[in-house]
Amino acid sequence: MKTQTVNKTQVAEKTQRIAGSEAIVRSLMAEGVDILYGYPGGAIMPVYDELYKFKDQIHHVLTRHEQGAAHAAQGYARISGKVGVAMATSGPGATNLITGIADAQIDSTPIVCITGQVPSHLLGSDAFQETDIVGISTPVTKWNCQVTKSEDIPEAIAKAFYIAKSGRPGPVLVDITKDAQFGELDFKYEKCKGVRSYIPIPKTDPETINAASELINNAKKPMIVWGQGVILGKAEAELKAVIEKAGIPAAWTILGASALPTSHPLNIGMVGMHGNYAPNKLTNECDVLIAIGMRFDDRVTGSLDTYAKQAKIIHFDIDPAEIDKNVKTDVAVLGNSKESLALLFDALNKNTHDSWLQEFKDLYAIEFEKVIQGDINPTKEGLTMGEVIKQINIESKGNAAIVSDVGQHQMIACRYADFNVTKSNITSGGLGTMGFALPAAIGAKMAAPEREVVAVIGDGGYQMNIQELGTIFQQKAAVKIVVLNNEFLGMVRQWQQLFFDKRYASTEMTNPNFVAIAEGYYIKAKKVTKREELADAVKEMMASEESYFLEVCVEKEGNVFPMIPSGASVSDVRLS
Amino acid sequence: MNEEIKSFTISIYTENHIGLLNRISAIFQRRHINIESLTTSQSEIEGVNRFVIVVNMTETNTVKIVKQIEKQVETIRAYYHEEEDTIFTESCMFKIKSDLLFNEPQIQNIIKESSARIVTVNKEFFVLEKSGRRNEIESLRRDLNVFGIMQFVRSGRIAVTKEQMKITEMLTAFNNQ
Repeated sequence: MKTQTVNKTQVAEKTQRIAGSEAIVRSLMAEGVDILYGYPGGAIMPVYDELYKFKDQIHHVLTRHEQGAAHAAQGYARISGKVGVAMATSGPGATNLITGIADAQIDSTPIVCITGQVPSHLLGSDAFQETDIVGISTPVTKWNCQVTKSEDIPEAIAKAFYIAKSGRPGPVLVDITKDAQFGELDFKYEKCKGVRSYIPIPKTDPETINAASELINNAKKPMIVWGQGVILGKAEAELKAVIEKAGIPAAWTILGASALPTSHPLNIGMVGMHGNYAPNKLTNECDVLIAIGMRFDDRVTGSLDTYAKQAKIIHFDIDPAEIDKNVKTDVAVLGNSKESLALLFDALNKNTHDSWLQEFKDLYAIEFEKVIQGDINPTKEGLTMGEVIKQINIESKGNAAIVSDVGQHQMIACRYADFNVTKSNITSGGLGTMGFALPAAIGAKMAAPEREVVAVIGDGGYQMNIQELGTIFQQKAAVKIVVLNNEFLGMVRQWQQLFFDKRYASTEMTNPNFVAIAEGYYIKAKKVTKREELADAVKEMMASEESYFLEVCVEKEGNVFPMIPSGASVSDVRLS
Repeated sequence: MNEEIKSFTISIYTENHIGLLNRISAIFQRRHINIESLTTSQSEIEGVNRFVIVVNMTETNTVKIVKQIEKQVETIRAYYHEEEDTIFTESCMFKIKSDLLFNEPQIQNIIKESSARIVTVNKEFFVLEKSGRRNEIESLRRDLNVFGIMQFVRSGRIAVTKEQMKITEMLTAFNNQ
């Protein structure tokens, strides 16, 4: 009897009778959330009322569109490795999050989205601003659920955070009815430590490490392609140790960029459709291909029928569903990249592959002469996107986080930006979401205010979420915005030029006065049209303590090369 | 290199979570896989559901789909088996006019030989129920169709595997962590 009384007292001390809406805010704070992005509306108003009360402890950022909130949460997550949070009301508020959620799903970004929902007694009745957001978001979330009872709120949020960040990260959506927000519960928060049906990190079988190391130790021409799994697994140091010990040339996918400094002698550049010449070409020459935390996306492999057929394939991944999904592997090493690479390191012989590495250097020299030189040191009249990135490199010394959108400027930014620090390449990879960069840059800057964050955006993508200039202004987020304006949807135009006989259907853009728009939001702005103005303008932008908008008018019909035409072999990478 | 398309029985143990059916069926939909049959019920473990899904596809794609199903947070385990590795059955019901039972003596023989069971009889109609393999059910349907069937309905396949499933062990291991 005595022990029972003691237990009761303990429980009484720990729990508090509060409203569901307060429980939502307290749960977020218990997960360490200090910033969230969102937009209020009818079905989420009780939570906003609580956010008002707790505004000294948790900072809600009002974006100008829910899509902006989702992308900002992504930018926050990508630069910090923490879970980003977005909040929206029911109906259109919730559906506007979907593009960001889908982007986070395909790029494995941990975000938690909280949506308000109509009261439970109205569910299914086509009530005002009712939408089946759980149904709609199912294919693009790692997990989702609907909460209709106040007492279920803390557990649902705890589970959401656990699932979003554990294993292969991803987006989670928790839909909470308005009556659950209004109702009361005995609040007690316990972090989720596991879900019995879910194995976030599969065990690494030592046999697979042995098999992998044997192949690598005997390889004459080994090549690594790493992806974002290295960054998500915090395995940058382990990757570096492995490639240095075994002397393996290492290339990266677009989302793997910045895990290893650009200047590292074994960093041989980007693979894929607009990746570097050498790693694409030599994918079909290597004898062992070691894929680490990447998923053999079609933009990386080109035609699978002619992809690395001569090589033994070793695939390190945390997600068993990625093994043999696109490329049949000889050795699959499951597990967390940090642990499996550490085990691999121990099993590898010290080695060098100088003549093999020289092959990459020789092909790089060809690419430099035919493509890179003209991109970054142009002598022709029009400004190039490449020379803008080069100027940013000079000013940032490779220490900036580059947030790019989607299209030509993105490929150029990823190809030419110098990265010294990990988590510095924030871009929409798998989904290719135009409109990603401006809001993602806001999230990135707010998560890491000490870092220089430069958004590099095309004139098309910029106008997809241009309204977020309002958020930048209101939050005083010191984001640097560079719009590379070629008055075209450049990547589509490039394809039209190459594959559709220059029929430029709906790709030419008549653009507004971008400087006036930025200035309308009280953001310092400048426009550059001539090469001799560029260096000073970039310098001024980077030196600015506040947000700064720089429009650079680049050549209208510049193309991105190298290029592997869609469906072609990596061997057929074109330089012009 | 055209891989043979075969019939596979996919067995999925899941938590009993609203929306999981959507999540699983979406995996088939994305790849344009037509589900031949799907049943879901309580499994041998309290609170754990079991899906039995029959599909016709290549083994390579079946493996990929099973992994993607297993990846879902609320899937405990997913397996696939070929027909010979399972013991399976379907069941069906027929609603037929009662007059026929008396006017067409052959019907009584058909019922007897097919080992179908009469569930109910009244003045207007009687209801037959039969469990068995698809071909047996089909042959019964053809035989009865000659006389006229008011209603026919067939369930999806239910199957147990010859292999041991070890779900309880997995869940116990989690609880002991």
